[in-house]
Amino acid sequence: MDAVLFLVFAAIAVVCAINLVLQTHPIASALSLIGVMGSLAFVYLQLGGEFIAAAQLVVYAGAIMVLFVFVIMLLNEGKERKVKMKLWGRWAGAPLLACFLALMAFIVQRVLPPQESVRFGAFTGGDAQSIGTRLFTAYLLPFEVTSVLILIAIVGAIVLARKEID
Amino acid sequence: MPYIVLSLIKLLIVVLILMHALAYLQWVERKVIAHVQLRVGPRRVGPHGLLQPLADVIKLVTKEGLIPSHVNTPFYFLAPFLAVLFALIPMCLIPYGGDINVFGIHTTMQVTDVSIGVLLVLGLSGLGVYGVALAGWASNNKYALMGGLRSSAQMISYELPMALAIAAPLLMLNTLSFRHMVDAQTGFYFGFIPKWSIFQGPFPQIFSFILFSIAGFAETNRVPFDLPEAENELVAGFHTEYSSMTFAAFFMAEYANMMTVSFVATLLFLGGWQPLWPVQYGSSLLAPLIFGATALICFSHAVRPARPFDRITLPVFGVIFLGLAGLFLIPAGQQILMPLFWFLGKAGIILFIFIWVRATLPRFRYDQLMSFAWTFMFPAALINLFITGFLVAVS
Repeated sequence: MDAVLFLVFAAIAVVCAINLVLQTHPIASALSLIGVMGSLAFVYLQLGGEFIAAAQLVVYAGAIMVLFVFVIMLLNEGKERKVKMKLWGRWAGAPLLACFLALMAFIVQRVLPPQESVRFGAFTGGDAQSIGTRLFTAYLLPFEVTSVLILIAIVGAIVLARKEID
Repeated sequence: MPYIVLSLIKLLIVVLILMHALAYLQWVERKVIAHVQLRVGPRRVGPHGLLQPLADVIKLVTKEGLIPSHVNTPFYFLAPFLAVLFALIPMCLIPYGGDINVFGIHTTMQVTDVSIGVLLVLGLSGLGVYGVALAGWASNNKYALMGGLRSSAQMISYELPMALAIAAPLLMLNTLSFRHMVDAQTGFYFGFIPKWSIFQGPFPQIFSFILFSIAGFAETNRVPFDLPEAENELVAGFHTEYSSMTFAAFFMAEYANMMTVSFVATLLFLGGWQPLWPVQYGSSLLAPLIFGATALICFSHAVRPARPFDRITLPVFGVIFLGLAGLFLIPAGQQILMPLFWFLGKAGIILFIFIWVRATLPRFRYDQLMSFAWTFMFPAALINLFITGFLVAVS
């Protein structure tokens, strides 16, 4: 049952990701991205990362993508225009992609320690309580620095917007 | 019994009851608003208009689904689907009562208990805005687009105070699962004050409850925050170009969202299915008393009928209510029905307030709506959260 559900959501995520690149309409691409994020949230939920799943759904699929869609609708962008690709770009694309993927696979295999195969239900430390404890003990400094970073981003946005109004 | 069969049976029960409740909520709304405005409301179809929802459904199903030529067809059809989907999924996560034993099977009155229930409901209902926004955009109509844009801006703004208002009681209840939330509100102070979140120490969450309700009105696009479908500015807002079943889908989604908000408010603030006063003082007799009194009123009015058909209809209603009262007196029925009675009673009161407000308050102006969210709701929710956090940490 777990494996079937995992395959279903993983397939949805992959199909949406491919669709995101293939679609020429910005709204269709944004909706595909929401599909990717939503199905990833369910994969996290299956693997025991409950809080991460909820955060993925609330923050990424909910708040951030609503802003994306809002901006796309406000600008009312039409279909993107096809640009004629250069000849070498058309031929070199696929081999370069294959090289990149191979390099990634190699590095991941080298850097990450060898692990046992992932099993459903084996991981239990994903509830809100344990994440909160880790966040405020082991990872306090990165957490606080991130919040300062976000504050700087907000102040920057306000400064830019004010310049526009003046 | 295998888990999957049990889940399917529970899903079937929830869906069947929910679909009827959605249709009849609309009947209740029309009746209540009519009586507030000194009218009688629907009463032609069936006794007291009770078959009006059925007639509406038949009308909507058999009506021709018109597709305007200028719409973006795939998105035009995706939008109502998304709206209904994200309105109905949260219903599976709501517990309607505690543990029960039916025919020797021990189960919970909930389709599934997720340990992050409240976050998941918040996330899923946040996704519901895509239906509205997409409908406005795909209609290729400036009024519809305005409605869709307003809806997404409103949703982003009011999600913040709503999340902060939810966070405050969560600090006290110390769990994210709806079931454990209700368990944390069990018991009474001094033997009679219920330990619901709005009464619970160290900081009663009454402000949080009010903020959550206001944000709930905005999230469900209800009056006085129904700017996305303001008919005197935007024709019909985001659903201007929709007819027949696609229109009905948006209608259903709105009522389902209303029910979700009132269920979550009941679970978070009003103690779920916990009774208002202890069982030893006879709180489980309230339901048969109410239904019995209703039956008596029906019978007494049937003796002196105001309208000719009341002579037939009111005794029938009286017998139905007497039967309900009897069901509550059987121990086996009481065990299932009493939690349901308290839960649906509290949620029903909140739903009634939704309707009452619609009949009473005028609509906000758009700039008022936004400044209210950012200059009042957000700071108020933040201050409430700080005070709650401080008092929880101290005690």
